[in-house]
Amino acid sequence: MNAQMPELSISDVKKVAALASLPVSDALAEKFRPQLLSVLGFVGEIGTLDTEGVVETSQVTGLENIYREDVVEESSMFTQKEALQNAKRTHNGYFVVKAVIE
Amino acid sequence: MLLDLSIRELQAGLAAKKFSSEDLVRKCYENIAREQPRTNAFITIVDKETALKEAKEKDAARTPSAPPLYGIPFVLKDSFATRGIRTTCASNVLRDFIPPYDATVYRRLREAGAILIGKMNMDAWGHGGSSENTDFGAVRNPWDIERVPGGSSGGCAAGVAVRMAAFAIGEDTGGSIRNPSAWCNTTGLKVTYGRVSRYGCVAYASSFDTVGPMGKSVEDCAAILEATAGNDLHDATSAPVPVPSYTAELAGAESFIKDKTIGVPRELFGEGLDPEIRASIMASIDVLKGLGMQVKELSMPLFDYGLPVYYLIAPSETSSNLARYDGVRYGGDRSNFTEETMRRIMIGTYALSAGYYDAYYRKAQKARTLFIAEYKRLLSECDVLVMPVNPTVAPKVGELMADPLANLLADVYTVSINPVGVPSLAVPSGFTKAGLPIGMQIVGKMFAESLLFQIGHAFQSETDYHTRAPKV
Repeated sequence: MNAQMPELSISDVKKVAALASLPVSDALAEKFRPQLLSVLGFVGEIGTLDTEGVVETSQVTGLENIYREDVVEESSMFTQKEALQNAKRTHNGYFVVKAVIE
Repeated sequence: MLLDLSIRELQAGLAAKKFSSEDLVRKCYENIAREQPRTNAFITIVDKETALKEAKEKDAARTPSAPPLYGIPFVLKDSFATRGIRTTCASNVLRDFIPPYDATVYRRLREAGAILIGKMNMDAWGHGGSSENTDFGAVRNPWDIERVPGGSSGGCAAGVAVRMAAFAIGEDTGGSIRNPSAWCNTTGLKVTYGRVSRYGCVAYASSFDTVGPMGKSVEDCAAILEATAGNDLHDATSAPVPVPSYTAELAGAESFIKDKTIGVPRELFGEGLDPEIRASIMASIDVLKGLGMQVKELSMPLFDYGLPVYYLIAPSETSSNLARYDGVRYGGDRSNFTEETMRRIMIGTYALSAGYYDAYYRKAQKARTLFIAEYKRLLSECDVLVMPVNPTVAPKVGELMADPLANLLADVYTVSINPVGVPSLAVPSGFTKAGLPIGMQIVGKMFAESLLFQIGHAFQSETDYHTRAPKV
């Protein structure tokens, strides 16, 4: 099996980290680059497999559209206190999130 | 020792009042006091007085019709939501997370009367095969504390091996139940996808994740699965397939498996497999032959593509699943992920990103279809496949973590099962000359757990490997 080696620059590593919302410093990007390249080179062997005309599989259950009655299940309901109990920052019974609009 | 007894024997002793649940729970905590400092198998130990109180209540309320797990102490991998008890998934992200609800598997075990002793250490998010990728300190193998127990359900396997509980519930996405079972000399089942509800289990790769039993024997695993399997409205991927009486079906196992055929895919016994492991599996196949089973050599030409398929799809799914950890509603922020987890998220993000999606993710999904066809073909030529669990014995602590690629290669025999969905039972098959445990996998068709249990049980009736515990 001979797959082509992927290319991955430091700025590519930083871009992927940004897409994944991971705080990756320049030093960590330097460390990750050869590691990611070795893994990508390895999994890239998949390119040598003939999959002409093969359909994709995303799940193996064969189940689709599982319905239930549209009723409230009280045992699965949280109180506001329970819903907020693990939040690091709350305000007046709400989660505090980062502002997305200037 | 009391906790060496099987679940059936424990239940019989409890019914006959030879000992009490309180005795069993006390024994667990005695073993924890001795073994937890050596193995670091637990992340959270339930307060001893709480567990003892529960045991006393169970003893007082016991009736002659008590279900098979009533009053039996167990542990959960720390990936299952337990109301009021923290669930960390071995990550600093969830270090303080107290779930406000119970995972279905935990709820079912509680309803069956089992007693939770603690939550077990693991590779964070299931990302690893050694239980070293954890923010709670590496787990040690009780057979040799210089070595890893395997992973990601390493704390569960180590905990059962030294009897810190009677059984455990693990989770297997690419070998996470089977790999530590083999390296710690315990028995573990990767169930058919959908056999057990995943509700309340922290997601790694949702289309591969399975929840399954880990115990001292096949018979115990059958009892645990019987109590935990079944359709669940809270998990739309759980199978609406009736749950057989797995334990009752073990009676007469030897006559049922006679003339059934074992397939041995030759590619899995080639280069890279430790000769002592190969010899052990071959000797175990001879034991099965001695029980009247037929053996057929088969070929699995796709085998080499198993790791690439797994390490494209699983990281892709995990990059999506772990996107929810934004530190807003619960948990810490994303700077808390370990480097191994960051790498897996980044591999997945890369494979799913524009320009690479077709060559990596879509290609792997097509290869997944080919693997399903490959296993279907193999399992039409035989009843079960037998294969190794690990290519090597348990490595020394630190060896796998030093090289991310080597870390992936350790899963070579287990990862191709999960994309296909079929069940695989890992059973102890012997020891190396140095005294380290070896395991084999018995792989069956979808929902063929009954047959896997029957073969495994017959094997364990002929061998005593599974009864051996590490020296304490």
